[in-house]
Amino acid sequence: MGSSANQDNVASLATDFYSLLESFKETPFYHLLFEIFLVLTVLWLILFRKPRRIEKKLTEKEKQELIDEWQPEPLVPPVDANHPALNVRVLDGIVGKTIEIDGKKSLNFATFNFLNFVGNPRIADKAIQAVQKYGVGSCGPRGFYGTIDIHLELEERLAHFFNCEEGIIYSYGFSTVASIIPAYSKRNDILFVDEGVHYAIQKGVEASRSTVKWFRHNDISDLERLLAEQDIHDKKNPKKARTLRRFLIIEGLYMNYGDLCPLPRMVELKYQYKYRIFMDESVSFGTIGQTGRGVTEYYNIDRRKIDLISSSLEYSVGSIGGFAVGSSFVVDHQRLSAQGYCFSASLPPLLAAAAIEALNIMEEKDTTLCDTLMEKSKRLHRKLLDIKGYLIVGEDISPLKHLRLTNSQNTVARLEEIVEFAQTRGITITVARYLNDEHHLPEPSIRLILNVEMTDEELEFLCTVLQEARVKVTV
Amino acid sequence: MSNYQTNKPGDDNNRTSDHRNREEFEETPTWAAVVTVLGYAILSALGWLRDFLRHIGLEEKRTAHDPNPKDFVPLYQSYECFYTRNLYTRIRDVFNQPIASVAGAKVHVMERVSDDYNWTFKFSGKKIPSINLGSYNYLGFAENQGPCSEQAIKSIETYAVTTCSTRHELGHQRYVKELESLMAEYLNVEDCIAFGMGFATNALNIPTLAGKGDLILSDKLNHVSLILGARLSGATIRTFNHNDMKDLEAHLRKAIISGQPRTCRPWKKILIIVEGVYSMEGSLCKLPEIIELKKKYKAYLYVDEAHSIGAIGSRGRGVVDYWKVDPNDIEIHMGTFTKSFGSAGGYIAGKKNIIDYIRVSSHSACYSSSMSAPIVQQIISALSIIMGRDGTNDGQKRIQQLACNVRYFRRQLVDMGFIVYGNNNSPVVPVMLFMPAKIAAVNREMLKRDCAVVTVGFPATLLTESRVRFCISAGHTKEMLDHALKAMDEVGHLVSLRYSKKNPHHRWVELDHADYDKEYTS
Repeated sequence: MGSSANQDNVASLATDFYSLLESFKETPFYHLLFEIFLVLTVLWLILFRKPRRIEKKLTEKEKQELIDEWQPEPLVPPVDANHPALNVRVLDGIVGKTIEIDGKKSLNFATFNFLNFVGNPRIADKAIQAVQKYGVGSCGPRGFYGTIDIHLELEERLAHFFNCEEGIIYSYGFSTVASIIPAYSKRNDILFVDEGVHYAIQKGVEASRSTVKWFRHNDISDLERLLAEQDIHDKKNPKKARTLRRFLIIEGLYMNYGDLCPLPRMVELKYQYKYRIFMDESVSFGTIGQTGRGVTEYYNIDRRKIDLISSSLEYSVGSIGGFAVGSSFVVDHQRLSAQGYCFSASLPPLLAAAAIEALNIMEEKDTTLCDTLMEKSKRLHRKLLDIKGYLIVGEDISPLKHLRLTNSQNTVARLEEIVEFAQTRGITITVARYLNDEHHLPEPSIRLILNVEMTDEELEFLCTVLQEARVKVTV
Repeated sequence: MSNYQTNKPGDDNNRTSDHRNREEFEETPTWAAVVTVLGYAILSALGWLRDFLRHIGLEEKRTAHDPNPKDFVPLYQSYECFYTRNLYTRIRDVFNQPIASVAGAKVHVMERVSDDYNWTFKFSGKKIPSINLGSYNYLGFAENQGPCSEQAIKSIETYAVTTCSTRHELGHQRYVKELESLMAEYLNVEDCIAFGMGFATNALNIPTLAGKGDLILSDKLNHVSLILGARLSGATIRTFNHNDMKDLEAHLRKAIISGQPRTCRPWKKILIIVEGVYSMEGSLCKLPEIIELKKKYKAYLYVDEAHSIGAIGSRGRGVVDYWKVDPNDIEIHMGTFTKSFGSAGGYIAGKKNIIDYIRVSSHSACYSSSMSAPIVQQIISALSIIMGRDGTNDGQKRIQQLACNVRYFRRQLVDMGFIVYGNNNSPVVPVMLFMPAKIAAVNREMLKRDCAVVTVGFPATLLTESRVRFCISAGHTKEMLDHALKAMDEVGHLVSLRYSKKNPHHRWVELDHADYDKEYTS
């Protein structure tokens, strides 16, 4: 029975097929062609057609509409009228050990006047003599008659002071290190930078476009980890590694933290991992070391092991500008490659004269100035530790200290209240100011700066006022 | 070959086809370009030969040695220093020449001698008194005597040399406030902020004005500080051909229509950066046309008046004064105090809300030492003189003297047959040399004739466009200019500098005082 049903099915299928073939034979030729064409088109559409991007060809009218519709943002966002930068104190007179604000005198613990050279009569005399000889401005960049004999003298003196081969001066402290780093480190070079470096160094690092590896502030083990990682990377591609320059960018005494860099260990690592050290001694020049020759003197390290020492003339020396010292091999390159040197007007001669006289005084006083400063810093540190409610950040020998409030009360507003209170009592201090786009924004703090001429009584008075302020603010 | 536009008669815009826009950039003669390139090729070939000789030890290596062990990665790649070793050192004596006096109309250049072909120098002790045609002293304020220096000295006694503090923290002295309000009045704008260094004013403030998602349209010949500032800002930078308004408009249109690359999002804002006077070309920016474009396309304008403030314009107020445009049409007026005021530093001026924002967020205001008292006092004194506040008309006299000197000097040079670039009224006068050897020859020969000039070549200019750049000062007298013209005439004959095809070649003949007064001082 089943087989006959099957047979029937097959037979009916065959009949159907046969009749289909017959019908094909009967349709006209053009109809067949058309059908084949349709089938082929469908096949092509399914298999071969890719989605085409619609090309934007705008008409003139559309272009004009786009132009008319476009609205730019305002050039600058609105600014809070109460921002502290818009309501800065206006000063009168010389900003030396004492300062006059709104007619009242107060002790100055806020400016970087470590060696009290501001207002020094010898320096003022030399500056006046320079004006009488050279006028005020230098009227040109170093390459075009802006090099004055007094610049050459200052460079020689600085090189001599640091016992290095050559020195070079810049007309602005910020531009010094910000021009130096890009002059040596280019794209693809590697920079190992401490997170706690100040803003000018951060800008120099940014301008260089190099690969930057940040390590935790003063954390040698973190640095060693990064160096070891880089070493492994180098071993994979030794040919490329031989063309990549490496630099370690650190500060001698950190402006944002008041602590010293662990230089001896960093010099050891230098010879192990083959990088060059660029150290910025803006704060430690004139303040650290027995004769003020910086961190290398303090640790008793041969200065030739540091490839380049850059610093500022705007702190201890009491002038304006910056400089770098090192071997001729390193320093001479900047004369053609550092943008802040080649394309900027040179330092006004009166400021160079002031710097030379300041160096004279430092050399005459030899150890008495900086040793005294370090001693007083230690004493101040001990006194500050006795005050409850403050966290003192910085080395004991550092004349630059950061004060923070304890118990999670450390905010800018509270610190400002302390500053205001201190001002009413005759002490001028300041909250450390930073821009928001710092790479590693330090915590809010009061930056306290010690002037070498401050007496013990004055330091006591400072501590008393800080204590009272703390109590007042907590209440 | 020069590809600048010269102003042809019948140009579209009436305002800029008047005498104020007369600028000439005569094309480089073909033979001069060929010889120049050949010259550099020969120098490079010799350089390679010398490098090879040094490598194999036949010639002494005179560059300094790296004190680090040999297995350190070299600090400089050999090719980076090729130019310094083999081209620059040959003529190193004409650059960085030290002076031993005030950089006024006359200057004492310290003579240097070298025994080893410029690798090292020694001072002979001799000072050469020369006419200073190289320093930026447009209004002649580089003086060591007179009211400006006296007041600067007084300010040292009153305020000391520095404050050792930044502006945000403590260092806001009264004299800085006085300077800023005086400068704002001078420029006829709402507010102004001053900084200690002109280079840093650009490099550290452009990043606060522009950022990611913004477009900066910068002239091809802008100064390095503007380029650095634009790069640090993170904005997209596009350059347009020098002073080419059609190219600028094309860029503006394309930017607004196409939006940002890849994402096609609209730009947040567009900032056009130009200079008032371009220091290597002597050309002025076409300010009225730029302002028109800027208004049409809703862009913002930043004008760097480093070389034009004080030196251009009937009242010395820069290109804004020269073109008689409304200062409020320009968002950012920037300039420096180094050139016309005989001091140091820079400023940015504009509407109060913009300046307030810069006060709050500028890198310079927050981290740099505030300006030194004598520097500020010099600027205040110079401004008072220029504005006539000191009760004399010394300021106006200086401005007129400068304009007169510029016209005279330029005219005489052009009549001699030299190719002189730039606007007829620009105090920067570049005269083309083309060949690299002439950079040294002209400088040395002019110094022998007691004229201190500045000669520049590659890479500060294009390869084939070396030039000698004169900076005219109000402090130059007719006698000084005549001395310089005579020297230039002799040197031009000696070194063959008369390239101009447009102007016939003459030897210089001194113009007597009567004719000079009639033509130039009336």
